[in-house]
Amino acid sequence: MRTTGTTGAIAGRLEQLRGTLPTRNHNARTVAALAANPGCARRGVLDAAGIEKTVLADRLGFPARYGGRSPFAIGRGNVFEARVKADGGTELRRLLAETLGANPDAGALVDVEHESAGRPSREERVARTRDALARAARGEPDACAILDHPLLPLDVAGRRAYLEPDAMACRVAGRLYVVEIKSFAIIDGSADPGKLASATRQAAVYVHALRRLAAELGLDPDVVATDIVLVCAQDFSNRPVAVVLDVRRELATTRRRLERLSGVEELLGELPDTLTFDVDGDLAGEAVARVPAAYVPDCLSACELALFCRDEARGCGPGGGSVGTLGTSVRGALGGIEDIGDALALADGTRAARPGEEDVARLLRRAQALRTEVLGAEMPGSQAPGIALPRPVGPPAASRAELSGGVG
Amino acid sequence: MTTVPTGRAAGDPAALAAAATDAVLADLGSGAHRGVVVDSPPGAGKSTLVVRAAGELAQAGERLMIVAQTNNQVDDLLVRLVQDHPALTVGRLSATGYRLPPALVGTSVLNAEKAEALDACAVVVATAAKWALVQDRRWPWAIVDEAYQMRSDALLLVARLFDRALFVGDPGQLDPFATVDTSRWHSLSYDPSQSAVVVLRRHNPDLPVHRLPVSWRLPASAAPLVSEAFYPFTPFRSGTGPGERLLHFGAAREHDAYDAAVDVAAKSGWGLLELPARFTAAADEEAVHAVATLAARLLARGGTTIGERTPDGVPLDASRIAIGVSHREQRARVESALRDLGAAEIVVDTANRLQGREFDVTVVLHPLSGRRDATEFHLETGRLCVLASRHRHACLVVARAGIPDLLDAHPTADPVHLGVPVSFPDGWEANQAVLAELARHRVALSG
Amino acid sequence: MSAIAALGRLRAAATGAAQPAATVRHRHLSARPLVLVPYVLAGEAFAPLAVLVGTDRDRPHLLAVPQPRDRDRRFAHAAELGRLLLPYLGAFAAETETIERRGDDPYERSLDAPQVLVPTAGGVEYLRLLGRSTRFRRTDGEFAVAEEVPLLGRWSTWLADRAGVPGSSVLLAMTDLLTQAWVTGQSALEDGDLAALLAWIDPPAGQRGDRAARAVEGGPTAGPATDPAFDERLVPLIAAFDEAVAAERAEAAGAEARTDLGPRGRDAEQAIRDALAAELMPTWDRVWRGVELLGALPAGGSVAGRWEADRASYSFFAADLADPESRPQPRVPGAVSAAAQLATRERAQARLDAEQVRDDPLLMAAVRLAGEAFRGGLIAVDAERMVAEPGKKTARPRPMLTFATDDEPLFGPGTDLACVERPDAKARVLEAEPGRVVLELRGGMGGGKAPKPGSVPEVGEVLCWTSLIAEFRRGPDWPAVEDTPWTHGGPPPEPEPEVASDPDDDALEEWS
Repeated sequence: MRTTGTTGAIAGRLEQLRGTLPTRNHNARTVAALAANPGCARRGVLDAAGIEKTVLADRLGFPARYGGRSPFAIGRGNVFEARVKADGGTELRRLLAETLGANPDAGALVDVEHESAGRPSREERVARTRDALARAARGEPDACAILDHPLLPLDVAGRRAYLEPDAMACRVAGRLYVVEIKSFAIIDGSADPGKLASATRQAAVYVHALRRLAAELGLDPDVVATDIVLVCAQDFSNRPVAVVLDVRRELATTRRRLERLSGVEELLGELPDTLTFDVDGDLAGEAVARVPAAYVPDCLSACELALFCRDEARGCGPGGGSVGTLGTSVRGALGGIEDIGDALALADGTRAARPGEEDVARLLRRAQALRTEVLGAEMPGSQAPGIALPRPVGPPAASRAELSGGVG
Repeated sequence: MTTVPTGRAAGDPAALAAAATDAVLADLGSGAHRGVVVDSPPGAGKSTLVVRAAGELAQAGERLMIVAQTNNQVDDLLVRLVQDHPALTVGRLSATGYRLPPALVGTSVLNAEKAEALDACAVVVATAAKWALVQDRRWPWAIVDEAYQMRSDALLLVARLFDRALFVGDPGQLDPFATVDTSRWHSLSYDPSQSAVVVLRRHNPDLPVHRLPVSWRLPASAAPLVSEAFYPFTPFRSGTGPGERLLHFGAAREHDAYDAAVDVAAKSGWGLLELPARFTAAADEEAVHAVATLAARLLARGGTTIGERTPDGVPLDASRIAIGVSHREQRARVESALRDLGAAEIVVDTANRLQGREFDVTVVLHPLSGRRDATEFHLETGRLCVLASRHRHACLVVARAGIPDLLDAHPTADPVHLGVPVSFPDGWEANQAVLAELARHRVALSG
Repeated sequence: MSAIAALGRLRAAATGAAQPAATVRHRHLSARPLVLVPYVLAGEAFAPLAVLVGTDRDRPHLLAVPQPRDRDRRFAHAAELGRLLLPYLGAFAAETETIERRGDDPYERSLDAPQVLVPTAGGVEYLRLLGRSTRFRRTDGEFAVAEEVPLLGRWSTWLADRAGVPGSSVLLAMTDLLTQAWVTGQSALEDGDLAALLAWIDPPAGQRGDRAARAVEGGPTAGPATDPAFDERLVPLIAAFDEAVAAERAEAAGAEARTDLGPRGRDAEQAIRDALAAELMPTWDRVWRGVELLGALPAGGSVAGRWEADRASYSFFAADLADPESRPQPRVPGAVSAAAQLATRERAQARLDAEQVRDDPLLMAAVRLAGEAFRGGLIAVDAERMVAEPGKKTARPRPMLTFATDDEPLFGPGTDLACVERPDAKARVLEAEPGRVVLELRGGMGGGKAPKPGSVPEVGEVLCWTSLIAEFRRGPDWPAVEDTPWTHGGPPPEPEPEVASDPDDDALEEWS
């Protein structure tokens, strides 16, 4: 545990970095995403400061392409979720009983957000969540069985974040289960492993936050189960089906990542005291560049800033940018060589190996010799064999489709 | 499932082990179960159990088939069988061109290519691949050895041959693998790429599962770490206590890092020879050289091992040392380096092929040494477990500095499949636990 | 990754031009492939939105579903797609050759087979889901569909299953074909975008590949998942269509045929078709451009052999389909079929790995670099050498071959090797030292006392030897389904009924 003084100082630094940039509340998705590239200091600092990275990406001139959701997907998701929760959770109770082998405890479905008229404040929702949780854990007779839209406080990098689960806490046989409703399909007993993984990671964050909250309330954290219930659509229908997932591994990862994130102090120590990201145009680029990034292609599907970082990584160094832009497997084959031009110079024998590079240099020279033996000399800018075909000439694309379309 | 309690990891190890074995044999003898599963941590007397169970079943007049995974495993089992049960008629079913190894020549073992020729044998032993070819025969009992390393599709091919079976294996070692993407079968309860035991238990959740609680191989210095890091929910202990396994070396002559590492390992059972942090390509010549030199130095120092079975000491010759690596290319390079150092007799192999084997001292090239990025392959818990649990006296690890940072920066994005039981611990935690222990026995090798 | 492949990417990144990843094409390319570019509606398990399909680059057929959540329209779409695809898929079954098999009955194998090309791996998954959602549909009863629908489902399922067999060429993703042949200066992840990948390989005249790739990023996606931004544009178009249909239906009170659109409905549908055509056409053109580029590469020596396996699979499937007793492929394979599938794929993978490196010196270069092969000139031959193996009485010809090589093979004495240029030859390493490898020839010399003429290489030959030897093993005899052992759940209860007995779930759903 850090002392309040240190935390206060860090909070001040982070506030300065953020300036007037809009903040983003952490949700389970952002916390779960911390696991995506934990070695990236830039992401660590921006996340700790709670900066809305989409806005920053716009300012940097590299608007994020990632993160948009189709209106069709959103619509389907909402309809599906409403259906599962309808009638005080009748369908949900049936699913829980079926998958967990025990009936959910008696009690109402309490919606923390929509219980009263008007949208309650954050503090109100947290208080209601705590209250409902405490009563449920004590097994009070009128305690709720299903808690919808809870708001869970969680300390992320020394800052209190509020998690808004798109999940529920359900009480079954005296234990609380996190229930996530996702509208993707389980077809013949299997589902997209990537979607399952991200649902599992998010659920683990909720489990973590709930267990923390339970501990704060003086309860045994084990009252929150490490098995979660995932509700999905069955096959090609709208009918819900539930499965139990063991999230203990993901829970351990979440705990590790959050612990590591509290190490943001060290990252800040490397930065100039006056640094802020709340500046325009080129200055923003310069400011962000002060915090080193660890760009890898996987960032493209995980981080709003990825296009900026990719451009930076491609443009850095003397010859063609960082080898990391080509993927981790390419990077792994090159030992510690960082720069594309540098690696090629070793392969071509135009640069001598520095101490520690001898193995890689030898490997690259042999590899180049074999490539040359098979392909002939590769001149810079040379094209692959078989590419020099004439480009086709034809009518404009759209018109051709119209011509032959309209069957039936 | 019903997990049969086998006692806490305390008390007299011999009594604990005997009680566990008796419980297994009682379950077998009761006839109440079609199958019995025995989880055995490294060196917990799996072969002893198999040989004893074979003896008891034969004594009860039951014909028995034994399924092992490799020809070496078959031969090892045969040697133990004829030693312990010289009166038993034992058959070895083998492929064309197989010849009995010297240890089995002149014994009662009958070798044949066709099952018909062995119909008179009380016990017939063969590899799973050979059993798959047998037709029109059925045995009331089978013992399936190394069942966690057997793929379930291999079990599918032999299960028609027996009514009941004892499945024995080590759940902590490397899972079987396939050469193609197998995700399309993962949600099937009979996923052909899963281990035989996992599939067996998914379909027969009521089979009794026993655990052998004592490792007779691992010394007191290693059992707690291996148990905690790789078997967190199924602890075991060592059969020997502190000080019962000793490793002595002659005086050091070079007084360099290699000598220091050897001395540290002799004293503590562990040693970490740490090279300067550096990212390397797959073939890290410096690390390869360090591994070979360290192994050669162990040999050159003229060590003696003293243990409960060898109170007078046994010279640490090349046959008692092994080197463990992750890749075939590393193996080839280390072998080549050993030839240059005149120590070519020392066994070098990949983790996959060291499974089930045992040595006095091992030298291990850490799977993550010099890597820029960790991969699922290099993080696989079973790989490190195999490498860190082959030794009776000491294990020396060669690694580049910086592995903890690598682990910290490793993204976690493992895909999730429905219906696949989560395996513990994950590679990250197991690696951290082992590194934390190794850090206490560290010797730096400057570049 | 091998340093050979890594160097290709580095060179591409530095020069802005794609580099060869292979010297030959390792997949069969049909003279008449069928290209299929599908789109599905986001958020649904499987709701086809549109496809561009055809065998003629200049005559793409656009099939679009103006309201993909309408079940009747979805199955009308599947029927329409069936009417286009089925004639093509069935067209190759008639002409066959008789293949004799050792120890087995001869069978008829078609002389050619269909080949479906999709833009990305997502297209393979599209066909799998298309198959799953249509092959169990009934052609009679309350939710009857057109007869093409379940038939298309069974063909799609065959294509998608077959695509999982390594080396098969009946259903291929263009991104996979292109990345097998060329390596770009971006990451493998970014190569998954057909537009960027093709821009690297085949940039517009006068442009560098890297700049061309950046220019096309963020353009229309190759699907099947649509771009959320495109969906935003689609929302009002579909709403307009729904309104038009509702209005027209209200006017013609009681009209039943929903496909019978009035002028307003047709206009609304046309607007949707136009939007989809504009989004899909660039990908259509790219797939065909890819076909051209790949067609200019020579095929690997063993490509035709692997295509024979595809033709055999095609003939078996077509024959099964013609059998009135046959049923659609099950939802999930049983224990025995799953194990057999895995075994088939592993054997195909082993064959592919071995054949590709033999066919392609660039792939073999990576094996040489890893120390698992060497190429060298034969500098000395002792053709008379005879050796009596341990345990054998008679000495056999064991010619000794000495090679000079710059490669650095890592194999020690006793390693068995196979030869690229002389496929029958088998040898074992006697000695390997820097610059020189000595082998003992052990096989491929005939059974006689002296080696068969021409079977011993001669001084001056340059040969490539590798320790990667493919073992072509026969598949095991799997138990019959009804003999599935207790370890694997025992025999399955009852074979699945021909068509799922519980009513079509999604037929009953209201899609909102």
